Amino acid sequence: MSNKTVTSEVVLSLKNVSKNFGAVAALTDVELDIRAGEVVALVGDNGAGKSTLVKILAGVHPQDVGVVKIAGQEVHLASPSDSIKYGIATVFQDLALCDNLDVVQNLFLGRQLRRHRLDEVTMETTAWDLIRQLRAKIPSVRIPIASLSGGQRQSVAIARSLLGNPKLIMLDEPTAALGVAQTAEVLNLIERLRDRGLAVILISHNMDDIFAVADRIAVLRLGRNNGIFSANQTSRKEVIEAITGSVDNAVTQRAEAQSK
Amino acid sequence: MTTQPTDLQDERLIINKGLGGAIKKTRNRIKSGDLGNLPVIIGLLIISTIFQILNRFFLSSANLSNLLMECSAVGVLALGIVLVLLVGEIDLSVGSMSGLSAAIFAVQFVRNGLPLVFCILLSIAAGAFIGWIYGQIYNRIGVPAFVITLAGLLGFLGLQLFVLGATGTINLPFESPLVQFGQQAYLGHTFSYILAISIALVRFGLGYYGATTRRKAGLSAPSLTSIALQSLFIAIALGSMAWYLNKSRGIGWMFVFFITLVVIMDYALRRTSWGNSVFAVGGNREAARRAGINVKGIYTSVFILCSTLGAIGGLLAAGRLAAAAQSSGTGDVNLNAIAAAVIGGTSLFGGRGSAYAAPLGMVVIAAISSGLTLMNLNSSIRYMVTGAIVLLAVSVDAVARRSRTSHGRA
Repeated sequence: MSNKTVTSEVVLSLKNVSKNFGAVAALTDVELDIRAGEVVALVGDNGAGKSTLVKILAGVHPQDVGVVKIAGQEVHLASPSDSIKYGIATVFQDLALCDNLDVVQNLFLGRQLRRHRLDEVTMETTAWDLIRQLRAKIPSVRIPIASLSGGQRQSVAIARSLLGNPKLIMLDEPTAALGVAQTAEVLNLIERLRDRGLAVILISHNMDDIFAVADRIAVLRLGRNNGIFSANQTSRKEVIEAITGSVDNAVTQRAEAQSK
Repeated sequence: MTTQPTDLQDERLIINKGLGGAIKKTRNRIKSGDLGNLPVIIGLLIISTIFQILNRFFLSSANLSNLLMECSAVGVLALGIVLVLLVGEIDLSVGSMSGLSAAIFAVQFVRNGLPLVFCILLSIAAGAFIGWIYGQIYNRIGVPAFVITLAGLLGFLGLQLFVLGATGTINLPFESPLVQFGQQAYLGHTFSYILAISIALVRFGLGYYGATTRRKAGLSAPSLTSIALQSLFIAIALGSMAWYLNKSRGIGWMFVFFITLVVIMDYALRRTSWGNSVFAVGGNREAARRAGINVKGIYTSVFILCSTLGAIGGLLAAGRLAAAAQSSGTGDVNLNAIAAAVIGGTSLFGGRGSAYAAPLGMVVIAAISSGLTLMNLNSSIRYMVTGAIVLLAVSVDAVARRSRTSHGRA
């Protein structure tokens, strides 16, 4: 892995971010720094607060307490358009695509070219460019999303996140629904994003994917930071211990049982 | 394979080239449940055949000319309904809105003697304002549109009666431009042919320009022959329609006005970012919001447009009737407007439909009404037949939707 991450500028910085849902503290005093050209994997068990953090950064719901800084400037992310404006692109787990619209319309949703007389031709060629870049297997960009498979939809969603030239891309379980080859393509793509100087937050449960592309691994546990690891100086065991919160957990027990 | 356009390079894509290909493509599309306007057109043919057999006057030039005038006012209301249905909502109050708009116009124009243009703008502004109120209640308080507009249906009917006052009906002077527009204004014969040919030429020009730009960008495009044939077909169809209607009074300006509104709305829905957003909100509201679309603004704009179109339709109806009455916009006006949008193929679940649903559905309803009137049957039968047709239209849509899902056309 590269060492350039140490010197590059901090794209996003979170300080003491907290969020409550009724009586439940979903996030408590979470801190995180992400630099340009760096892939940070955000991991944690179910209910650790990963999705809540993603939604705060995507502008879906704002934090109760805490500061979000982008390029050193404190920002208030009150709506999804705020996040887009500050250069944060999000690929949600549910992909957030409109089934009744075609691929081009979905890609350019909310940022069409020439608002009063849509530039369909440029939008269509741009769509093809993106799809070729991702090597996505989409037969036509003029068919409704409803007729695409899960993997194809994922490709459309990732292609869409690239359109606004974002500084930071958040991918929420991007490989969960993909086949082997497409997973590899998405991992390649994540590396390409990093090489282009983008900051990437990768949320995943898959340790193979995380150790394949991540520079650092940030662990959340029960809504709190539970360690930030450098991917090339850490073992899977350490990360899993941080996720589950104990040395003796179901994962290690299974591993021991198998090695016997 | 290198000569293939960018969008046709995937080997799995079924490519149909030329005229034969276009026919084959259409056949495949219909088979898989993407019916488009086909059910309405077939339905219209069946209705016309039955009524023509029962009464020879039905397809006469005079009756058709009158039918197009009759359907224009409620058709404008139906256009507004198409919009609210596209975002997955409903407006039950367009009828009351049209009656209120007629009442405001008549009181200001006849009783208070204010200038015509001012009175028209006042009525339209009232419509826009009421739509804005709907939008605010919907967005801020979260009352379902069904309930808001049900309240509007009752409330604005009351306001209409209040505005009209004790006398009830206000007659509009026969020589006023609005009544002339509603009753007497027909296209000249020569002008109607010029219009038909111009539409075909514009269609050809746009098609040719579009195809050239697409080809320059390395995308597939329809051939010159198929664009020319399409334009020729439009010229012949519109020309013969004009010729047949010109045997009696011709084509009413009010109908041309209605169709112009439809064409503008179709452009706005398909070729502007606002239109894309309307479909997105109707298809997946949360996805639209996350894409940064101002969802509340879209709802407000749609409610404003629907009520404004309601007000415009009310003015047209007043012109046609030469009066604003207590019964204006009541009775079956609301339901006909909603039925027309649905018969025309607008989905009740949002995100699917087109501006052309309004005229198509409206012509079906007007044809039923006209045919039954010609047979001297009263409104009891008319309501029953219209009800059956609405049910049939929605059933066809439901069956087609199931087929679309299984063929991946959604």
